[in-house]
Amino acid sequence: METIVTLTKNFEFSEYISILEISYILASVLFILGLKKLSHPDTARSGNLWAAAGMGLAILFTILFHKTRLEDGTFAGIHNVGWIAGALMIGTVVGWMAAKKVKMTAMPQMVSLFNGMGGACAALISLMEFPNMQTELADQQVASMLNGEALAILLGLMIGGVSFAGSMIAFGKLDERIGDYKSPVLRYINLSFLFILFAFVIFIMFKTPVAGENWMIYTLAALALIYGVTFVMPIGGADMPVVISLLNSFTGVAAAMGGFLYHNQAMLTGGILVGSSGTILTILMCKAMNRSLLNVIIGAFGGSSAAGVDFGDKTVKEISLSDAAVLLSYSQKVLVVPGYGLAVAQAQHLCHELENLLGSKGVELKYGIHPVAGRMPGHMNVLLAEADVAYEKLQEMEDANNEMNNTDVVIVVGANDVVNPAAEEDPSSPIYGMPVIQVWGAKNTIVMKRSMAKGYAAIENNLFFMPKSRMLFGDAKATLQKLVSEIKNL
Amino acid sequence: MTDILKFFLEYREAIFIIILSIFLGIEVISHVPSVLHTPLMSGANAIHGVVIIGAIIVMGHADNLLSMILGFIAVVLGTLNVVGGFVVTDRMLEMFKKKKKQQ
Repeated sequence: METIVTLTKNFEFSEYISILEISYILASVLFILGLKKLSHPDTARSGNLWAAAGMGLAILFTILFHKTRLEDGTFAGIHNVGWIAGALMIGTVVGWMAAKKVKMTAMPQMVSLFNGMGGACAALISLMEFPNMQTELADQQVASMLNGEALAILLGLMIGGVSFAGSMIAFGKLDERIGDYKSPVLRYINLSFLFILFAFVIFIMFKTPVAGENWMIYTLAALALIYGVTFVMPIGGADMPVVISLLNSFTGVAAAMGGFLYHNQAMLTGGILVGSSGTILTILMCKAMNRSLLNVIIGAFGGSSAAGVDFGDKTVKEISLSDAAVLLSYSQKVLVVPGYGLAVAQAQHLCHELENLLGSKGVELKYGIHPVAGRMPGHMNVLLAEADVAYEKLQEMEDANNEMNNTDVVIVVGANDVVNPAAEEDPSSPIYGMPVIQVWGAKNTIVMKRSMAKGYAAIENNLFFMPKSRMLFGDAKATLQKLVSEIKNL
Repeated sequence: MTDILKFFLEYREAIFIIILSIFLGIEVISHVPSVLHTPLMSGANAIHGVVIIGAIIVMGHADNLLSMILGFIAVVLGTLNVVGGFVVTDRMLEMFKKKKKQQ
């Protein structure tokens, strides 16, 4: 026989709670519209502001109107408002300054850092709520912690912790403070660690709650932090954008766990939206590199397994500055392919100067942008936009490749892997299959490079040894500076 | 089995929202040009800063020193995520916009 059990708590009503819920609905709508607008170039900026407005609304109304249900059935508003306001102030000032001061080249690590802060926030919430919930359940003499709230707390801690530790490692790698640590053993350690984490969560849930017994929540936190480190450690630095995007969606899920815990719709929708859109974004990024997410995570990139071609006795040809100046001045179409080297050298403004200078001589200069040039998809577009380069001068990879045969000179500035022919020719290469800009199809190629060092993916580049390629060694900024004055003096 | 069914019934609204939000997130993001990958990621990064509401709630009923300290840190970190995230995104997008005006 089917029996009907009353599960829902009594329905509570207060005008404030109603207003708060309405503000959460508005905030959710603003998040959705903001995200939607963010995915179109024309509306992106206002989309960001809309989402920010939704956030401000949700924060303000939470402080004003949120009521917590106490054990005796009464409700209490938000206490410690002074402290909360103080914390908000500190966070706002520091966050604002950091975001305003950071150089455009260091943007990826900044995003990673902020992401880590969100993950840590989610983890801390769980750390504080777990003892509360355990005490409450112990008082009720419940046999186990098998309920949705406990699951949300534990998963929030686990995911938030992994996201925090992982983001910090990703930050360190992008900032070049931490090197890659590759070890095949780590793969198995990681897998077993993941298993242990989940097993531990299940263990805690089946345990009988004892008030004040909190060792397992701290153990879980420690395990999550360690896993975050070992998860990101073996992944190559070049894959960090994908990792950040993935950790970004993790933090979204961790935030949603908080929403589940507090029955808070704004946190739930906001978190899940980021979780799912972040996952899709991660997959899109992987597609742009023609790799699978699993391949990124397991980290076959830059591994020593690739046989590669031995370049031992090949030599490169250099080009003098004056030759380069003459060559450029008497060309019709020039394509600049920028890479992270350009960003590091802060040479984007000089590129624009070169573009104007050549433009005045009737030479058409465009930029060929590889989708993953730089350290993040779209990173180059941002940097060149900073230097006032016009939209229509930026060509996507496909367009650049289509016009390659009519291009007189290609200047590769600090790019390496995105112009590596091995991606098309050498099946043993780790980047085989990744679409690249086919600069070797142009009539001449000038490669600006600091040295013959390998690119971020640590693979040899046959482009440098091709008959039409000439090298121009030196710091991108200094070299471009000299090149510009050389052209002026012609 | 009954426990699982009970779980679904008890949390049906949250589960509903989660499933719809997953589809919505996918729908909203697909067909985004690669130029916008970075700003979009950064903007989404700021949105998950909504976790700060949770931090405010815990801080709001913190009653001992330890949870006060942890709560304070959580609110600071959450604010960093929100404010830093939105400001960084705006800075990125500002550069695109400047160009548009001059055309």
